[in-house]
Amino acid sequence: MEILEYGFMQRALLASLMVGLVAPAVGVFLVQRRLSLLGDGLGHVALTGVAVGVLTATAPVGTALVAAVLGAVLIELVRARGRTSGDVALAVLFYGGIAGGVVLLSLAPRGQATNLDAYLFGAITTTSTADVTVFLVITLIVLGVVALLGRRLYAVSDDEEYARAVGLPVLALNMVLATLVACTVVLSMRVVGLLLISALMIVPSAVAQLVARSFRTTVYLACAIGVVVSVAGTTASYYAGTPSGGTIVLLAIALFLLVTAALAVRDTSARRRHRRRADVHAAHPHEHGQGCGHVPVPHGDHVDYDHDGHLHAPHRTGAGLHYDEHGAHAVATPPIEEASRP
Amino acid sequence: MTGTQGAGPGRGPAIRLRDASIGYGDVSIVAHVDLTVGHGEAVAVLGSNGSGKTTLARGLLGLAAVLDGEVEVLGAPVGRLPGPRGRVGYVPQRHTVSGAVPATVREVVGVGRLARLGLFRRLGPGDRSVVADAVAAVGLSDRMNDPVASLSGGQQRRVLVARALAAEPELLIMDEPTAGVDAASQEALAAVLADVSATGTTLAVVTHETGPLAGVLRRAVVVDHGRISYDGPLAGAEPGTGGHHHSDDPVEPEGRGYRLDQLRVTPDAARARLGGS
Ligand SMILES: Nc1ncnc2c1ncn2[C@@H]1O[C@H](COP(=O)(O)OP(=O)(O)OP(=O)(O)O)[C@@H](O)[C@H]1O
Ligand SMILES: [Mg+2]
Ligand SMILES: [Zn+2]
Ligand SMILES: [Zn+2]
Ligand SMILES: [Zn+2]
Ligand SMILES: [Zn+2]
Repeated sequence: MEILEYGFMQRALLASLMVGLVAPAVGVFLVQRRLSLLGDGLGHVALTGVAVGVLTATAPVGTALVAAVLGAVLIELVRARGRTSGDVALAVLFYGGIAGGVVLLSLAPRGQATNLDAYLFGAITTTSTADVTVFLVITLIVLGVVALLGRRLYAVSDDEEYARAVGLPVLALNMVLATLVACTVVLSMRVVGLLLISALMIVPSAVAQLVARSFRTTVYLACAIGVVVSVAGTTASYYAGTPSGGTIVLLAIALFLLVTAALAVRDTSARRRHRRRADVHAAHPHEHGQGCGHVPVPHGDHVDYDHDGHLHAPHRTGAGLHYDEHGAHAVATPPIEEASRP
Repeated sequence: MTGTQGAGPGRGPAIRLRDASIGYGDVSIVAHVDLTVGHGEAVAVLGSNGSGKTTLARGLLGLAAVLDGEVEVLGAPVGRLPGPRGRVGYVPQRHTVSGAVPATVREVVGVGRLARLGLFRRLGPGDRSVVADAVAAVGLSDRMNDPVASLSGGQQRRVLVARALAAEPELLIMDEPTAGVDAASQEALAAVLADVSATGTTLAVVTHETGPLAGVLRRAVVVDHGRISYDGPLAGAEPGTGGHHHSDDPVEPEGRGYRLDQLRVTPDAARARLGGS
């Protein structure tokens, strides 16, 4: 592939792979905690770190990491102390972060400050070899912590009050999560951008939530989706010459809309199929019961009636008793999930 | 009246409030209350809406501020770190589980084990079987892998009860565990709580109608406008419900938590109590 012949594209694709994997792995917990915008806020804060790095001619990735982690710890401390004042304090921190970043960057020598867009929205040409190394370390640490503490992070995100009541270290776990978010924000700096990273944390999770049944599957699925949209978006931005961050996020949102639409179609057709099945039975009305002449067949948690080789499952709806078809008799042994439940 | 079991030699009671005021901000909701609950006691906390029952329970758990006096739980002042660490189980009054992300019954109940495991230990096979037992005890074994959001309100309530049971705690604080729960499941819960109580676990159950739990909860504390207006046998607090005391359950004042697998909470037993729902 021609695209892989360029060193900057190799680095950009590596970076997009890592951020695509890490952002949703952290984002699912934020969604659960109903704190989806924390990534956005820490992105603002990281901008001040970037500016400090540019001004002092140190690697902006390092200074951004310091700023974002400090911001994360500060936010959790503020949140732990109070409620209403905390909200205002967050806003001050976030907007202070972006304002500080913009002003400081404007003080930088000519030519430097024009990089602002790249930091905010991602640019594939900017990933350096040193960046990739730092990103790899961040990726391993974040994934390691999620693997180690995931269940605790879930517990605290799901029901903070219960966690506190039974003696889990709530503040410490919240700080760990906020720090993971800060790391993820910095990881996103090159290909996704500080203003858009939140989307890559949240949207893959939103897609996964639509189809997953457990928290664990939601995490895995969100990570898979993240990797796909991130790598595909980076590739697309190379060919289309668009900013990588925006392309990745648009792709993720497109996927979200697609899955939502597909599910809506599936539900409607399932409802229609259900109505059709009910109609089938309505064509030969008959109330099954003991001694009705049909063989009762235990089926999972209920009893169906064998009618000419197919199973009728009685169930009650607002309109009265009716019968669903539960498939052919011979195959109907495992307790299948009642897909046709209204 | 003090606890029927009283304080064992060498250690304090399970719960002790001395002239305690509990509230939010600087407003005392529960004011100047004295209460002692011995290890292994089973207490019903009764009272009208807004009387302060939940506030009292939350005060015991460090979720509402102790504004005055002393509150000690399992021998340690509330709020001192490192918290109760899995020795306390809790069913909040909130009626449903509703995280934004789907989670299965197994996952939610699994949280009940975490506080016992410290920060890093993973759920082992033993923990998993306790989780299964706890879910069986509330009659939801067949919904184990279903998303909690797909359960009915009363079933979700039972999931929260299972989460508390899975902690195998020394002190079990339940805030209206039977609200919105059908009669058969209430009977099942009463049977499980009788077993749990027989192991020496201390129970404090906030409720409006003791119903089947009347057989388990022997002592009643009535909260009225933030004060305790009655403390004595349940029969005296609730005329007409005191008929069925379980005087045959031996209470071991050990209070070291219980082992779910040693109770009668096998899936079959739970289902039998549930009348095969
Ligand atoms: N978070 C809170 N902040 C401020 N006041 C509160 C808070 N929670 C409860 N209160 C107040 O404390 C009082 C007692 O409430 P509490 O929830 O303890 O009552 P309760 O006895 O549990 O009632 P119910 O039977 O309705 O559950 C009420 O007047 C309520 O307004
Ligand atoms: Mg209450
Ligand atoms: Zn028939
Ligand atoms: Zn038929
Ligand atoms: Zn039907
Ligand atoms: Zn069937």
